[in-house]
Amino acid sequence: MNDQIKEEIRQYILTEFLPGEKPSNLRDDTALRTSGIIDSVGLLRMIDYIEERYKIQVEAHEAGVENFDRIEDIAAFIQRKSATGA
Amino acid sequence: MPEPLFPVANLCGYLEASAERFPDRVAVVDPDGSSVTYRELNDGADRIAGFLAARGVQPGDRVGLVQPKSVSGVCAIFGILKARAAYVPVDSTAPAARIRSILENCQVRAVFASARCAEIAARIETVVVTGAPAGPASENLPQGAVAWPKVLEHSPLAADPASRRAGDLAYILYTSGSTGVPKGVTLSHTNALSFVEWCSSVFHPNQHDRFSSHAPFHFDLSILDIYLSIKHGSTLYLISEELGKNPAGMAAFIAANRLTVWYSTPSILSLLAEFGDLERFDFSSLRLVLFAGEVFPVKHLRSITRQWPRPEYFNLYGPTETNVCTFARIPLPVPDDRTKPYPIGWACSHCTPLVLDEDQKSVAAGDEGLLYIAGPSVFMGYWARPEETAAAFLERDGRRWYNTGDVVRQDPSDGFIYVGRRDRMVKRRGYRIELGDIESALYRHQQIREAAVVAIPDADAGVKILAYVTAPEDARPSIVELKIYCGQALPAYMSPDAFIFQDNLPKTSTNKTDYQSLVKKSSTKL
Repeated sequence: MNDQIKEEIRQYILTEFLPGEKPSNLRDDTALRTSGIIDSVGLLRMIDYIEERYKIQVEAHEAGVENFDRIEDIAAFIQRKSATGA
Repeated sequence: MPEPLFPVANLCGYLEASAERFPDRVAVVDPDGSSVTYRELNDGADRIAGFLAARGVQPGDRVGLVQPKSVSGVCAIFGILKARAAYVPVDSTAPAARIRSILENCQVRAVFASARCAEIAARIETVVVTGAPAGPASENLPQGAVAWPKVLEHSPLAADPASRRAGDLAYILYTSGSTGVPKGVTLSHTNALSFVEWCSSVFHPNQHDRFSSHAPFHFDLSILDIYLSIKHGSTLYLISEELGKNPAGMAAFIAANRLTVWYSTPSILSLLAEFGDLERFDFSSLRLVLFAGEVFPVKHLRSITRQWPRPEYFNLYGPTETNVCTFARIPLPVPDDRTKPYPIGWACSHCTPLVLDEDQKSVAAGDEGLLYIAGPSVFMGYWARPEETAAAFLERDGRRWYNTGDVVRQDPSDGFIYVGRRDRMVKRRGYRIELGDIESALYRHQQIREAAVVAIPDADAGVKILAYVTAPEDARPSIVELKIYCGQALPAYMSPDAFIFQDNLPKTSTNKTDYQSLVKKSSTKL
């Protein structure tokens, strides 16, 4: 489950923010927000996608780098949220 | 040209008149929710002027302002102006080197800075630290720095209206320069007054209006926010940088404070339309929505005007050098099938437009040409750059015409239509970007051999920036690497949206980079 989410998020980020990049260059622990790969507008778009795809609600206080800086954190966050049925 | 006549001697006059008429009305609301009345704001500004004068700040001196937006910042602005000095607002989130280069370029005598930025400005004679420094107060101040409360204890400078000259320098706004070094656009009180008076005649604000202040003070949108609001005794709501990027939070803020006038770049309105969840709130107080700084993608304009059907919408156009010089009211509703951006409209009454071809000859009605502007809002010049200043102007019929560099065409019913630019400047999120600056940054990357950056129009983002690069086959950086590199080397708004590796860049017959063919190639790619 977690691996599938990671791959989906990786695919989304590659298409939206890194067109042309090899999937292997975007690792689970590549910094996304703090490195400038995804800016504040990009984050809003990604959250929109995640809310729709995984039927979860991301609250403003959850949208920080603790959950959204790395693919592995994003996937773990999605799994936690899905599990609580939020 | 005779000097235009204004109801006040300079920008300070707006605050003083409102402090007379509405001493107890709220003038400015801080992002933290605290506020000051007109009397308090004027009194604070008098004390700051007294402090600066005691510190040896002379008329004509420059004073920096490097801090997040706050009531103290507005107070400092008026204090600086009352001391007959000019303020230089600088992005407090910019890299330290950029902040330092601006403060050094115009040789500020004093600076008002947040605790973080005070360190950067430490070499300047007078440093005032605004906002609470972390930890026990005065211990954390850089050596020689003065804490904000101390400044407010100073005795006020007695106003001497007779000494005020509308032609004095009021502020300097730094914009991206073609060589990668920011250039300072110098503006006088007359420049701002003529623009604010025009705004009054078109937008009719009054003391019951509640203005947004979304743009940072180093953006020229802030001139309308601050001075139009203060002139009319309205209340100005400062929006912090953080809130300003959070559409759902901004929507709640606009509704909760019942803002009546909103002014921002189209990017921000697009964000509100797309992510603001606007249906949750009541926006019935909003009467006026103004936007400027870039082309508004029609798709998002349609969306925001549907969600906010009540206010009037105006497209304001103009470079920092002239402030707003043309404007167009957007007729609602925006038709379903419209994709063509709206015109920039008609010249403001204080501006005279002229459309000329490359040889500075008039073009036939309806033909494309470069837009020149003359009038009292046209800037004084670029700070310490006489050659670039001279190059920006055309002298004709005894007037100075500023060449905006923007190509327009005049339509008999719509006024001016923005066509584009012949140079390599683009605007994104209201920021000017010289594509050559992005190339220079890419050339500094060790593995990059060649770089060519192009911008193409985009229905969603307004503009997309693509970087074509070449690198040795065996040492190609990954796109992730290039993105991260640009994140460090450039401000976020300048980072390319995509990188495309090429074996060679296409060349013209004279062996220059063939940008035309790259643009053509890019347009089919997206």
